[in-house]
Amino acid sequence: MAELSKKRPEFRNINAITDLTTYRLPAAGIVSILHRISGFLMFLLLPLVIWMFDLTVSSEISFARFSSIFNNGIGGIVLKLFCLALIWGYLHHFIAGVRHLWMDVNHHAVEKKTGANTAVGTLVVSIVLTVVLGAKLFGLY
Amino acid sequence: MPVNYGSKRLVVGAHYGTRDWIAQRGTALLMAIFTIVLLAQVLISRGPLGYDLWAGIFSSQWMKVLTLVTIIGLGYHAWVGMRDIWMDYVKPVVTRLILQMFSIFWLVGCVGWAVQVLWRL
Repeated sequence: MAELSKKRPEFRNINAITDLTTYRLPAAGIVSILHRISGFLMFLLLPLVIWMFDLTVSSEISFARFSSIFNNGIGGIVLKLFCLALIWGYLHHFIAGVRHLWMDVNHHAVEKKTGANTAVGTLVVSIVLTVVLGAKLFGLY
Repeated sequence: MPVNYGSKRLVVGAHYGTRDWIAQRGTALLMAIFTIVLLAQVLISRGPLGYDLWAGIFSSQWMKVLTLVTIIGLGYHAWVGMRDIWMDYVKPVVTRLILQMFSIFWLVGCVGWAVQVLWRL
């Protein structure tokens, strides 16, 4: 494999500034790269999730401590912004993941037209739900 | 035949199999089920979501077991995904191996912490 690849020309056309900005991805491509980005984001924020899990389930005292951090000051706002990122990441990864599983078991789902439609659906549903839950998170309703 | 031994041996890869691919699907399904089960318990509950209700959800034995399996599944799922990312974007072998090892430490640490929190409930 290493030997074979040497004989072929190699195109490393993923430079973040000169290449990536010129790409015009279809909806399915956007869903795909966002699936990867949301997964990476949740990997990095995993300790935050467990920290929140720890504080909220361990005792009444730690639960109250979490509530006061979450609802007060700049720290609370920063924490809520991280939560908003987690909400979007989870929603996108979940919906795109279900779409992925559906495509694994259904041949109709991988047709160009169907794939494009479900990709647009994934983006619309994940963004709308993020806005709705984000508004709730920041106490807008 | 390409040479794949000695100094030419490919030292990082995905084992060229379906094992991790299918494991990622299986763990994805598990996490989706966990999400629905947890969400259902929060939504059917009455009154404000206080400590008793929230901790109560995780303290029933079946929910503990489901959460434990989900945490371990998440670790495996995230490992497969992170390895895919490093394999796609990081070509130098040493850097890639360091990042892969970091991912394992990170995930094992997170899984251990989560299990510790869960099991003392």
